[in-house]
Amino acid sequence: MLAAESAGWFLEHAWLIPVIPSVAFVLILLFGKRIGAPVNHGAYIGIASMAAALVLAAGTAVQWIQHSNDTPSEEFVEPVIRKIVWWQSGGWEFGLGQHIDGLAVMLLLLVTFISTLVQLYSLEYVRGDRRFTHFFAALTLFSAGMLAMVLAENTVQLILGWEIMGLCSFLLIGHWWEETANSKAALKAFFTVRTGDVGLLVGVSILFFGANAWAQENLGESGFSISAINAWALSGDGSHRVLMWAAIALFIAAIGKSGQFPLHTWLPDAMAGPTPVSSLLHSSTMVVAGVFLVARLYPVFWEGLGITDSGVNFIAVIGGITLVIAAFLAFVQVDIKKVLAYSTVSQLGYMMMGLGVGVWTPAVFHIFTHAFFKCALFLCAGSVSHSGSHHSFDMKKDMGGLRKYMPITFTVWMVATAALCGIPFFSGFFSKDEIIDGASHNGYGVFYIVGLIGAFMTAAYMTRATYLTFFGDPRGAAAGEHHDEHGHQVDHVAAAAHDLHEAGIVEDILEEEQEHLHDAHTDDEHGMAHLHAAHSAHGPGVHDPHATGGHDEHDHGAHGPQESPLLITVPLVILGVLAIFSGYLNAPASPFKTHYFTDWVEARGEPVVETEFLAGGPGESVIVIGAEEEPAGEGHDAAAAGGEHGEEHAAEGCGWTPVEAGYCFAVNSHPTHPEFTWGKALTTSIPLALLGIITSGAIAIAIYTRKRKPFYGLTQDNALARGGYNFLWNKYYLDHIYENGIVRAVTGPIAKAAYWVNQNVLDGVVNGAGLGSKATAKWVYRNVDQRVVDGAVNGSGSAARGAGGALRPVQSGKVNQYGALLFAAATIGALVLVIVNS
Amino acid sequence: MLINQFLLLGAVLFCIGVYGVIARKNAVLVLMSIELILNSVNINLLAFALKNGGDPNGHAFALFIIGVAAAEVGVGLALVLLIYRNRRSIALDELSQMKG
Amino acid sequence: MLLGALVAQNIGFGVIAALMIIAALRVVTTNNVVHAALWLVVVLAGAAGQYILLQAEFVAITQVLVYIGAIMVLFLFGTMLTRAKIGAEDDLNNKGWAVGIPVAVLLLGTLTYVLLDTFGDEQLPNDVTPVSVMQVSDAIFQPYLLPFWALSFVLLAAAIGAIVLARKD
Repeated sequence: MLAAESAGWFLEHAWLIPVIPSVAFVLILLFGKRIGAPVNHGAYIGIASMAAALVLAAGTAVQWIQHSNDTPSEEFVEPVIRKIVWWQSGGWEFGLGQHIDGLAVMLLLLVTFISTLVQLYSLEYVRGDRRFTHFFAALTLFSAGMLAMVLAENTVQLILGWEIMGLCSFLLIGHWWEETANSKAALKAFFTVRTGDVGLLVGVSILFFGANAWAQENLGESGFSISAINAWALSGDGSHRVLMWAAIALFIAAIGKSGQFPLHTWLPDAMAGPTPVSSLLHSSTMVVAGVFLVARLYPVFWEGLGITDSGVNFIAVIGGITLVIAAFLAFVQVDIKKVLAYSTVSQLGYMMMGLGVGVWTPAVFHIFTHAFFKCALFLCAGSVSHSGSHHSFDMKKDMGGLRKYMPITFTVWMVATAALCGIPFFSGFFSKDEIIDGASHNGYGVFYIVGLIGAFMTAAYMTRATYLTFFGDPRGAAAGEHHDEHGHQVDHVAAAAHDLHEAGIVEDILEEEQEHLHDAHTDDEHGMAHLHAAHSAHGPGVHDPHATGGHDEHDHGAHGPQESPLLITVPLVILGVLAIFSGYLNAPASPFKTHYFTDWVEARGEPVVETEFLAGGPGESVIVIGAEEEPAGEGHDAAAAGGEHGEEHAAEGCGWTPVEAGYCFAVNSHPTHPEFTWGKALTTSIPLALLGIITSGAIAIAIYTRKRKPFYGLTQDNALARGGYNFLWNKYYLDHIYENGIVRAVTGPIAKAAYWVNQNVLDGVVNGAGLGSKATAKWVYRNVDQRVVDGAVNGSGSAARGAGGALRPVQSGKVNQYGALLFAAATIGALVLVIVNS
Repeated sequence: MLINQFLLLGAVLFCIGVYGVIARKNAVLVLMSIELILNSVNINLLAFALKNGGDPNGHAFALFIIGVAAAEVGVGLALVLLIYRNRRSIALDELSQMKG
Repeated sequence: MLLGALVAQNIGFGVIAALMIIAALRVVTTNNVVHAALWLVVVLAGAAGQYILLQAEFVAITQVLVYIGAIMVLFLFGTMLTRAKIGAEDDLNNKGWAVGIPVAVLLLGTLTYVLLDTFGDEQLPNDVTPVSVMQVSDAIFQPYLLPFWALSFVLLAAAIGAIVLARKD
């Protein structure tokens, strides 16, 4: 399994890519404070290392593309595998090495690229932070961990990179740990992901013991080798039950890392970290790791979970549930980053669902496009808070109308949003539609509908967020230059109140003290009102540039919303451009008909190692038949087998049914790739996305522009309406749409009763589709998210505490008692051994 | 001679030592019990050495154990002395500051 | 002759073993710390006798020199330095002493079962040439040189540590 001779220097030396940032991490820790002083402590090392890694990754990509193009189409593209053995134990070899194939090259390029941009952006964003050096050190190590995982040759190395990322995400999310909410969020992220990591260890162990003997015999590889595991999974020699349990265990790890349904609660909390961190975590690293794991060991899932038989399977179900639930939750968020966080969860659901329904290439392609536009969106949010809203992420209070002040940010945001919503000719359209199409094509009707619902909801919640941030009248900190000093004063003097508010959000997430939250917000608002008054007393002339000193770690520059400096806008623009054009790598729509991504990333087939079924001899690749192409060579049987499923399924070819002539590599999407037709897209996903935008946008505009004053007047005049308003505003941060609708309905006693029922009978279907979705979201948020999931977490905590309490008397501090326990335990142990062995 | 007669003697001494470690309150007596345990191990080592046809390794280990025991008693008694000086007592069940 | 020697050996073993067990029991049951130390001397001397029966003369001599000569003196000093009272006392056992009996008995039962099960009535060889001091020294100074060094440091550290701990100031 050595590399092809002609692989080229960059391909052979791709292992340098994670090594460079790792070395840089050490250098930053040791010398960071001295380099680039007085401002950019050590940042240049990090940026330089990421840039060097980017250059190497680009070289690797170029050579990989040559390598792919040199390989005849439909033939397996040999990965470049190199490794060294660093430890031998009991005849088991632990290697370190690289497994470079299309997937790895794609992610290497993606991660190095995004990391470089994010580090450049951070240079401005966290300038003057008191842990600036450590921030860059952790960021660099984080990228190194992801890169090491991406090119891992074996599962042990994969775990290594995986855990490095877990550690660094903890460090980065808790970067501003002085605030309890942040350190709580970091702990929550760490522990939640750790819960899933147990699955990774179990899964890797199962795979090792399942595959080791087979791999040693047939390939001379250990059972840790990823290529060997994949070959074993496809060989049919492995027990199906072993594969199934391995797949389930590994998928649990992916659930934790990629924020899938039961364990997704950490992801929104992780927004406590600095925005560049959120952006890096949620675009190309960390959360993608789970998807990558599934994509990397796809044959295991393919065989283990029976993706072949178009039945309901674990991955698709979890992906589908996540997709919809997260989209619901995105509606009730008021923090712009949390909207994006739930959007990420939802998009990861798409990827998982894509993998679950057997469309490997579109799912991986969605990783690629999603990285660009989601990174762009996060960086836009950061730019808004950095220069537009004074470090607030509250869309309702501190944003609005920013498009006038931040044209570049606004443009990039719109482009990225269009990509996320799947508007045609933006990148997200090509990847997301392929997943949805693939679901229907492979016979997963339910998930096809789920995907379409998701597309509709994505468009709707992104429109809401866009409207709140960039349109309408400026509010709060974004209130523009007319209210310049006012905004500053509020921001500066009310910093404490604002922190209270921030903490309140997290507490809400943690389901603690909802009442307290209520109070906190009431206080906050009173505080604001008070400050308004105080400011009026000052008069309009007060203009203190240093009023912003409340945020010691940040440099505000001038006042009021304005465009961010170049270090922020340049990465934004680059990402914005890519958010449009990255999709054209694989655009099957008629004017373009490109399929470079498929050509370069897809492995096209897996070498079939010596099995009795093999017709062509060891190492011979198996031909995979495309839908449109004539079956060739060994593929004949496959086509025949596929034919049984009728015309629709003829394309499924091998991989769908075990083939006598050999095995296909399951990830091949040619057989399962539907042909793109504008007709289908024009009748399903595009109208749904546009409908989402129009509905959401129209309602938002109606509320914000015309109904603003009556709305406020209503809440002031009517005590009950005010109560309802406060209830909703403080507790759920619901959209003004729903508030207005409800408040109007509550003018009479009958409506009052209806309102009461609505609020207490949480299904809320009675109030129509809009209220229904709100109530569902609310219910999910409160019950599933907060009660069940957090309840389980809290339950395990109190169980541990209980056990600790029960065991406490054992720690008596008395030496004799310890001796007694020691010898008693030893005796019992010996007794057990005797009994077992006799 | 049976090998078991020596090994059983070692076992009996060991168990008596264990009882002493668990039951005794006085620190010096606990140390003495530990000496019983160490000696029982030595008997075992030498019995196995003889069983293997006069293996000098067993003897070497026995000597090491004697050396370690000397060090242990030295430090142990110094500790006992210190404890006594601080607390005017060497009753081990009164020393429970390590209580969790 | 051979039989006679064997019988003599067995009788010697039995007597010494009985003495040792009685003495060991007294060590852990007596109410007088000084008596316990003296009973311990009996056990250690008996152990030295057993070593000779096991053809380990050098170890036996070391046992006498180090244990009975040095360690016992340390014990007696320790007793005298820490206790004004030399006579009998009532509360030498702690409150949980009863736990020790089941643990010890269970352990003894397990060990006995295992030993009888494993070795049965296996005989020790009689025709072994006794291990010479030279052989022992070869073992210590060649393959076990490193542990020997380590032990030297342990002893040094113990000596220094004991002095530091026991200093008055």
